[in-house]
Amino acid sequence: MHCVVTGGNVKVLAKAIHSLSRIGDDLYVEPQEDGLALRSVNSSRSAYACFLLGDNFRCKMAIKSVQSVFRSLTTLEKTVEKCHIDLDEQKNRLTFTLHCKHGLLKTHNLSFQDSESLQAVFDKDSCANVFRAQPRLLVDTVVHFPPSLEEVTVSVSDERMWVRNHVEEEAEASKAMLTELCLASDEFDHFAVQAHNSVTFCLKELRGLLVFAESTGLPISMYFDEPGSPVVLSVTDSVLEGNFVLATLSDDPSLRKNSTHTVAPPPPDDFMNDDIDSYLIAMDTSTAPGPSTTGPPPPSLADATYRPPNKKFRSLFFGSVLPPSSQMSTQPMTSQEVLASDSDDET
Amino acid sequence: MFLEDLVALQINLTVLLDCLNIFGGTTTPGISTALRMCYKGYGYPLTLFLEEGGVVTVCKINTQEPEEPIDFEFCSTNVTNKVILQSESLKEAFSELDMTSEVLQITMSPSQPYFRLSTFGNAGNAHYDYSKDSDMMELFKCIKTQTNRYKMSLLKPSTKALALSCKVSVRTDNRGFLSLQYLVRNDDGQICFVEYYCCPDEEVEED
Repeated sequence: MHCVVTGGNVKVLAKAIHSLSRIGDDLYVEPQEDGLALRSVNSSRSAYACFLLGDNFRCKMAIKSVQSVFRSLTTLEKTVEKCHIDLDEQKNRLTFTLHCKHGLLKTHNLSFQDSESLQAVFDKDSCANVFRAQPRLLVDTVVHFPPSLEEVTVSVSDERMWVRNHVEEEAEASKAMLTELCLASDEFDHFAVQAHNSVTFCLKELRGLLVFAESTGLPISMYFDEPGSPVVLSVTDSVLEGNFVLATLSDDPSLRKNSTHTVAPPPPDDFMNDDIDSYLIAMDTSTAPGPSTTGPPPPSLADATYRPPNKKFRSLFFGSVLPPSSQMSTQPMTSQEVLASDSDDET
Repeated sequence: MFLEDLVALQINLTVLLDCLNIFGGTTTPGISTALRMCYKGYGYPLTLFLEEGGVVTVCKINTQEPEEPIDFEFCSTNVTNKVILQSESLKEAFSELDMTSEVLQITMSPSQPYFRLSTFGNAGNAHYDYSKDSDMMELFKCIKTQTNRYKMSLLKPSTKALALSCKVSVRTDNRGFLSLQYLVRNDDGQICFVEYYCCPDEEVEED
């Protein structure tokens, strides 16, 4: 395999690698007919990202070593004219050759190991809820949450999206801080809701995509279904397609809020308890015992009868080997084959 | 005939640095510190007079028995290969060097790759090639292909001088000993040189 990346695309390649490094420790490289696929997955297999750079060999290597090839983005921009990527199957070596200004040539020979194909099984097009926004919108939203925040919950209705931090059930209401932002549909380039759902996923792994999208100016598309199914965020332009697939907390049926609830129009929350009275109390903001909410709120966390759900991040569905001609992004979810076990107990 | 006395004394470097920075490390534009060093001879302390903004500080540093500095016996007549580079390009390379590599290998040759810095780290190896026609290359005089390895830990301290310099000369002699000379220009245009010598780490086949 041999490919050449020129001009500004070298920086794009570098940024893609930097954002993949926030997902996992290994970089999976797979040349495909339509381009070069760079993928990474985290250790618990709850976050996966793939960049397909375009225009049934597979290998993987430590991301950090590839990242070091493209360490300084500012220097890259100024000095690198083009980048050659060559694969030497006999020697198990991937070579990045950066042709820089002033006659300087940087050659990095990185060793790799053979690996099986890494491909998450997901189907963006069949998701009930589809959104597209300029990266600035999401970046400005996320900035309100502390960098240490692990999980965030996104809830949608026909006209609005709420983004709030996910507070652990064990957290004391008096010590917990709830931050919630409401985004109107007109702030998005595209806002299509078919199911009023809430999904909770890990924010940390998303930040890598946000940095990438903001610096390249590409709009971010978001797809999700019901809780438990992964949320997919993607960026596309003429030279690349990037997909970040994040697992969401699954719904515990015993605690799921009855969707025919007459109080309108709250987004059904995974963790609502089924005590209607306490929910109505929470709606009245003047007497809300816990953190105050504006607009259609989720139930008050200070509610003493609140029962915490079982938390389960279902791992993503991975096919172990996929036919080489399959289009990665539109692989239908034919098999619900869980290869990695959940971190918590199974129901 | 009048023979010049060679005066040698040894002092603690940290103490000297503390004294030189006695007015604080930061430099305020327009304000300079003046220094006068005096030494009366064997047995006397080294006296530093530092003046800044009308304030004078006197520091007396006790001296120690001087040790013989190592003589690398590096002389120009034995130099086989020499290049002079503009520091800017080397600064970039050194900042990116794979620190998991124990050695830095320097190849100098009249033919390709001309001037090459190589590292051998955990992930793989990397090469930085400077063409002899590069506009960063001010002088290129290589008569024989030489490849030598030097311990990265020994060369690391030289990056401080590299950062301050505008030009650097890299020379190797017939034994593979390395001489790095950095040209540093002060704020007031004065030129000074910093020199590093390093012996090669191991025998490498010379083609």
